[in-house]
Amino acid sequence: MKQIVFEKRHKAEWEAFERWLEQNEKKKKKGAPPARADALPDQEIPRAYRRICQLLALARDRQYSPDIIDRLNRIALRGHHMLYGARGGQPARLWSFFAAGFPRLVRSEWRLVAAAAALFAGPLLILLAVLPVFPDFIYYFVDPAGLARFQEMYDPANPRLGMRQADDNVMMFAFYIWNNVKIGFQTFATGILLGLGSIFYLLFNGAQIGAIAGHFSGASFSEPFWSFVSGHSAMELSAIVLSGAAGLKLGSAVVAPGARARTQALVQAAKPAIRLMYGAAAMFLIAAFIEGFWSPLTAFPASVKYTVGCVMWAFVLAYFVISGRGRAA
Amino acid sequence: MLDTARRISTPEGIELTLRLAGPVPRALAWAVDLLLRAVVLAIIALTGTALHQFGSAIVLLSAFVIEWLYPAWFEATWGSTPGKRAFGLIVLNDDGTPVRWPAALTRNLLRAVDFLPAMYFAGFLAMVMNRDFKRLGDLAANTLVVYREEQLQALAIPDAEPQPPGFALSIAEQRAIIDFASRSTGLTQERAEELAQIPRSLTDGVPAGKATARLIGIANYLVGRQ
Repeated sequence: MKQIVFEKRHKAEWEAFERWLEQNEKKKKKGAPPARADALPDQEIPRAYRRICQLLALARDRQYSPDIIDRLNRIALRGHHMLYGARGGQPARLWSFFAAGFPRLVRSEWRLVAAAAALFAGPLLILLAVLPVFPDFIYYFVDPAGLARFQEMYDPANPRLGMRQADDNVMMFAFYIWNNVKIGFQTFATGILLGLGSIFYLLFNGAQIGAIAGHFSGASFSEPFWSFVSGHSAMELSAIVLSGAAGLKLGSAVVAPGARARTQALVQAAKPAIRLMYGAAAMFLIAAFIEGFWSPLTAFPASVKYTVGCVMWAFVLAYFVISGRGRAA
Repeated sequence: MLDTARRISTPEGIELTLRLAGPVPRALAWAVDLLLRAVVLAIIALTGTALHQFGSAIVLLSAFVIEWLYPAWFEATWGSTPGKRAFGLIVLNDDGTPVRWPAALTRNLLRAVDFLPAMYFAGFLAMVMNRDFKRLGDLAANTLVVYREEQLQALAIPDAEPQPPGFALSIAEQRAIIDFASRSTGLTQERAEELAQIPRSLTDGVPAGKATARLIGIANYLVGRQ
């Protein structure tokens, strides 16, 4: 068939499809424009799209001129985007993710989570034990000016723990999000470098937190410090560990891809890893909220704040151990 | 075919052609985005200072959102950030479908690594080491940055009397002649003439200085202006 005849015979088909595309691509951007009388009905679109694909294959096979092939390719590509791009039902999926998917994912990646927890908690616990014996160690982690800032924050005379005089709850909440989530993201992203970045951030953050905790465990700062950190510690520390586990997931795919190509292994590892990060980000958010609005309160005695901290830890652990076991996947 | 063309197969059993974007347009798009983000943040900061502590809370939160979520949100909902849009680029999955949240977030969180040690050096290194110009974030998220198809029609073939080539040409040959014709206006006359003399069998016997016109004539014939 000559190209001219082909065009004459099928032009109407691809023009109708183009009109539908234009209308619906606009609809995605801003309110629906009025449908034209000769517009294709939506239920006809899959058939019309397959027809365009067929025309494109024919045009290629018959070696028609490149401009018609390009044009059909463009129309087919736009159709491809419209048909395969549309998805819905996000809110329901979000709920089922936090109710079941996320804890299930953490359980299925328990080896990496345990490794990340060990990398993080190891230096934390060691420094917590060592610092009361060698108090000068603190200066390896915090400079004197920084330490003075911390001391002001945990001064027993401070009416709002963990904050300096000029700070405000909402501002601190925003600061914790900006700072802590960034640390989580960095811990995750640098995992792609053979896991080394995640390992570094886990060790480094564990050491820093351990050193500060060890420093303030002695002397009169002990009670204000622990009553400040206890409330949000469960959420925040678990979120750091999970970010590290997600980073190690990327790293382990690069280091040991198994029977797949490295790039392929990385793509497959990135999917559960980013889902871990969804959960970790949500936990950082909750931690920032607690840290901004509950942890500074001095209206409650330390025993109440310790109890809340223990309840939070029990809740987080129970969530990861129990949640999502009931329904079959 | 050009080496930046990438073919993808669809479930319908046909192949679609995508054109990959290299480091330069992507760097420029990033610079535009950076400028845009800086301006937005500056405006927020200026209005924020009027609100004291609450203002700095807003500034910190927007700094976080603009730094980490701005590119992912634009790519997941529109396919490209304003900067990419300005350069006619779009982010797609490896199979040519539009990206959604998981892929958009993956590729944008990994910017933290691609940026290392400074100015996207790691990302650039990764881009020149694979044939799809993927930075580390693209490798992990399995995404491509390609030109939007509308951009490709910018070049037009100059009008001329259509001339049949005299014998059948393959698609690749036809494409080469059409591409030559559309670019001939941007070349010096001498260079265009020089190039036009390469396909001997088409320009043999054409008077000196007329080879370009001959190929433009053939291009007009090939695009169906006969």
